[in-house]
Amino acid sequence: MAIAALSFYVFAFITLFAAVNVIFARNPVHSVLFLILSFFSSAGLFVLMGAEFLAMVLVIVYVGAVAVLFLFVVMMLDVEVVASRKGVARYASVGGLVGGLLLVELVLIVGGRVGGLPNQTAAPVLPIPEMAERTNTQALGDVLYTDYILLFQTAGMILLVAMVGAIVLTLRKRSGVKRQNIQKQTLRTIDEAVELKKVEPGSGL
Amino acid sequence: MVDIVKFLINPFGTMIGGILMLLVPILIGVAYYTYAERRVIAAAQLRKGPNVVGPFGLLQPFADAVKLLFKETIVPAGSSRFVFIIAPMLTFVLAMVAWAVIPVGEGGWFADGPWVIADINVGVLYLFAISSMGVYGIIMAGWASNSKYPFIGALRSAAQMVSYEVSMGLIIVSVIVCVGSFNLSDVVRAQKDLWYVIPHFPLFIVFFVSILAETNRAPFDLPEGESEIVAGFFLEYSSMSFALFFLGEYANMLLMCAITTVLFLGGWYAPFDVAWLTWIPGVIWFALKVCLLAFVFLWVRATVPRYRYDQLMRLGWKIFLPFTLFWVIATAGVLVAFGWLPNA
Amino acid sequence: MADFLADYLPILVFLGIAGGIAVVMVAASWFIAPQRPYGDKADAYECGFEAFDDARSRFDVRFYLVAILFIIFDLEVAFLFPWAVSLGKIGIFGFWSMVVFLGLLTIGFVYEWRKGALEWE
Repeated sequence: MAIAALSFYVFAFITLFAAVNVIFARNPVHSVLFLILSFFSSAGLFVLMGAEFLAMVLVIVYVGAVAVLFLFVVMMLDVEVVASRKGVARYASVGGLVGGLLLVELVLIVGGRVGGLPNQTAAPVLPIPEMAERTNTQALGDVLYTDYILLFQTAGMILLVAMVGAIVLTLRKRSGVKRQNIQKQTLRTIDEAVELKKVEPGSGL
Repeated sequence: MVDIVKFLINPFGTMIGGILMLLVPILIGVAYYTYAERRVIAAAQLRKGPNVVGPFGLLQPFADAVKLLFKETIVPAGSSRFVFIIAPMLTFVLAMVAWAVIPVGEGGWFADGPWVIADINVGVLYLFAISSMGVYGIIMAGWASNSKYPFIGALRSAAQMVSYEVSMGLIIVSVIVCVGSFNLSDVVRAQKDLWYVIPHFPLFIVFFVSILAETNRAPFDLPEGESEIVAGFFLEYSSMSFALFFLGEYANMLLMCAITTVLFLGGWYAPFDVAWLTWIPGVIWFALKVCLLAFVFLWVRATVPRYRYDQLMRLGWKIFLPFTLFWVIATAGVLVAFGWLPNA
Repeated sequence: MADFLADYLPILVFLGIAGGIAVVMVAASWFIAPQRPYGDKADAYECGFEAFDDARSRFDVRFYLVAILFIIFDLEVAFLFPWAVSLGKIGIFGFWSMVVFLGLLTIGFVYEWRKGALEWE
């Protein structure tokens, strides 16, 4: 499987290259485009690991939906290229802190995996079904809606809150706008729309 | 040494051969679809259409291609050059790559299994993912041009494609509930006895209207509405970049017809299971169904007036979305209640 | 695993071939056709005057709202996908679990409808 190994290195390289460029690109729109490239090649990495459902959902949700919003925001907010470079020093400390925390967490997780945490064996881990019998989409569906129903419904709640929040924050009512009322339009009859008037010759209306 | 050569030639040779056997007919099909569009619309308007180049004007697509090849590639001064050049390529490549999972036939002299380039488990999701990326070619073109009309066109188009994608996703879910697999060949095989267009007829109509909107076709062609924003997002394009957009757009239309065929019209199966119909190879049936749907695309364009933007959004969010959501639950409910679920 | 990856290899090759065709087409035209750009030709399309300012301007907040609502419904559809293929196994319980989930989102949908977030003017 030399090709698989080669593709791994290509995808990994593109992911890293794009991720670095997200930070260093001068133009914010280019940053978002690099972010999309990075998502896309991560999806390639997922496929190489056999997680095909995850790969497709990554593309559908992140590339197809989230990045569209990012692009909308960045593209149209008219961000001055020069101005966006100014704050670098100011945000560096906060960014560094968050990045450092993430790094520590990652090390802990990986360290736990490799070294073996004390309680690791107690955690309920479901066996991964063989791909030929049950594709990984089905394997996911088998447990997500029944065994993990609470988490699933919580996700639904979060989406509901997000929907309400988005409307509360962005919806602006405008006055003096004419709207089409299709029901009213189609229910209109000749009687209320047209009136026949007898016009006497020479008198006008 | 011989083994290595064999290894290199064999799997790769057949793979590349297969890809070319799909790609070349698609490109020719797309070229002639542009010709067919002009002829059909001309016929609908009692005109002749292109009839000079070659017999019945059949060489017109090639004349167009040659003409575009010899045109200058103009890159507007204020544009972002790299994004501007990449955008049409992206549109074209995405429209082509999606075809890799479409099964066009099965069995016979050509292959044992389905005639498909990549028979992956998540074919339906793959198509959905690719079509959700289609919006980028348009946004990138509109933004990179740095011109007003393309910008407006791209904006409209992005909001429109996004609105109709939700109901398309829900429709796909309704079909998948009946099949129990994301593999497109399985989707077709599940329709051997009954095409889904019959039990899911309303869904078929909604899906067809959604793909009209998804491909920015009349009556939902606001993003390119010639009479208001002069061509929309590809206004500033010329030469082969323009041709790539054009090819990509028409390949997308054929692709959407192919997806409809797979999801609703029984893919490669003959309409009735009688000997003289099943004798005709599946790939012919597939092509016929795609042509029929593609013709309806043109027919609709010649017939229906353009929607207004608020009407378009209303149709997508207020009618299609609730309806398809209801249909998903209804389908699943019926299947669960009667125990008709696949792989129970 | 090897079989599984072999299914995806043609897509990668296909991607390469399609990308190659696209690049060759643009490059061929670039070399064959005469390229003589000059100021007026490279101007943005306008009604006979120079463009006043940059075309990339702010626009209606509704477009953002559409994008946000799309993300939410797209996630909902993403949740429906595994459910659709394993409904046969998870049966009645899985079905009602999803009905409750969709019910929650329907509440949100009704809310946005009543608020007029789906209206365009």
